[in-house]
Amino acid sequence: MKIGTKKNMLTFGLVLAIYLVVQLLLNMGILDSYIEINMVIIGINIILAVSLNLITGFTGQFSLGHAAFMSIGAYTSGILTAKLGQPFIVGVIAAALTASMAGVIIGIPTLRLKGDYLAIATLGFGEIVRIIGLNNDYIGGAIGLNDIPQYTNWTWLYFSVVLTIFIISNFIKSYHGRACIAIREDEIAAEAMGVNTAYYKTLAFVIGAFFAGIAGALHANYFYFIKPDSFGFMKSIDILVIVVFGGLGSITGSVVGAVALSILSTLLQGIPELRMVIYAVVLFLIMVYRPQGLMGDRELKLFKKVGVVNGNASSK
Amino acid sequence: MLELKDLNVFYGGIHALKDVSLKINEGEIVTLIGSNGSGKTTTLRTISGLEKAKSGQIIFEGEDITAKPASEIVKLGISHVPEGRRVFSTMSVYENLEMGAYIRSDKAGIRKDMEKIFNWFPILYERRNQNAINLSGGEQQMLAIGRALLSRPKVLLLDEPSMGLAPIIVNEIFEIIKDINKDGMTILLVEQNAKMALQCADRAYIIKNGSIELEGTSEELLNNDLVRKAYLGG
Repeated sequence: MKIGTKKNMLTFGLVLAIYLVVQLLLNMGILDSYIEINMVIIGINIILAVSLNLITGFTGQFSLGHAAFMSIGAYTSGILTAKLGQPFIVGVIAAALTASMAGVIIGIPTLRLKGDYLAIATLGFGEIVRIIGLNNDYIGGAIGLNDIPQYTNWTWLYFSVVLTIFIISNFIKSYHGRACIAIREDEIAAEAMGVNTAYYKTLAFVIGAFFAGIAGALHANYFYFIKPDSFGFMKSIDILVIVVFGGLGSITGSVVGAVALSILSTLLQGIPELRMVIYAVVLFLIMVYRPQGLMGDRELKLFKKVGVVNGNASSK
Repeated sequence: MLELKDLNVFYGGIHALKDVSLKINEGEIVTLIGSNGSGKTTTLRTISGLEKAKSGQIIFEGEDITAKPASEIVKLGISHVPEGRRVFSTMSVYENLEMGAYIRSDKAGIRKDMEKIFNWFPILYERRNQNAINLSGGEQQMLAIGRALLSRPKVLLLDEPSMGLAPIIVNEIFEIIKDINKDGMTILLVEQNAKMALQCADRAYIIKNGSIELEGTSEELLNNDLVRKAYLGG
């Protein structure tokens, strides 16, 4: 990977410029707190969608438990910052690590499962996490965990999003990512090529869970308050919908999907009685007319530039 | 070079391989012939570690590989072209071949071997940037063979390369299999197309209901009355 190339510098400059412009607009009060909340929601959804895309879109492991990883991250950071008075950086890192440990735990026993069976197993895992949360008084049980300090700001949000996209898109372009895609395409053939399928399926869960944990921490430390039911089955479905909407196997698609669906959902809050109807119709239309999702498995050029330049693959 | 000793494999309660023993010497093409469900594919899958044997041994170059996982067995030098080709459909031809070289890191060697593959299969070079799903059946079979060769195996396991292909393409593929063998590759070929396989191979085993029924040189079997009746259509 060549770090100092012109393209990479350009991307880096662009990333930094967006950050500074938005920060400036926030400071000047042009972007008010209503817009800020929505930016946080969009940012968290991007992290969740991109990380789930690694598991489901690239490695082909159908997971319905992504919100559980987010939940574990949210509670970890919530407990550390609210109850133990730790700084946010500790909360975020611990959230990512505990979530990825949960990724190992869910990854290993589900190695033998595929498709529908894996979906059911991950769904069960999500419910287990939710029920444990509901029945644990230390973290507030069903009432939830309150008074979490609000540490999440534009800086944390933006760089978490950038880090997620950067790491996952580079992972996918790497030797390891190729192995994951091979597993999605044909597990038996991948195994016959010498790919350690068990290792990579678990690794996908671990990395996906890692970033979902970060998303959870950002969520907990922005909205003051978390409860187990916020991270239930429906939340997992919401994330999956974004990924499918944007295109399984496209990072760009996940980003576009997260932005589009978050904005749509916010706009529709004005008409609550029709909200779910319109939301459903939009999804329905997308699935009928573009079943491969908005982006299919294509990427926007910008993200390719960030990626590892694979000498062999790109010499055409 | 590769030896199977009294191999027993079960799928749940079904006894798929019963005391299968066979031997492949270096430089040979050995073929395993049998009808549907006779255990041909299971034999190959067990050799390459995709299926686990209940008893028996697989010895490769003096080493017992029976319990090794598939990813290790590829590294030792056994490459498997799976039944039904199983190319990576949304990857390009080039990327498929790169996946074949997954266990290797010698870039210069990979490039050289890739040139060799493109020499054997010029059509793959023409289509190198197309997705594998857009290839015809014969081209996919060529890609699957090329991909397997890129791991630089000592033994190539071919599972029904003729399946679902037009006769003229089958001829072409078998010619290439012979060429690959002349280049020094040891090959275990599993086939339903007994005639093609026997014409191509040095020695053959006939498997029925999970047991080896007959073995011999290809000539012997081609002239064997039983074989002629059951597998060669009189």
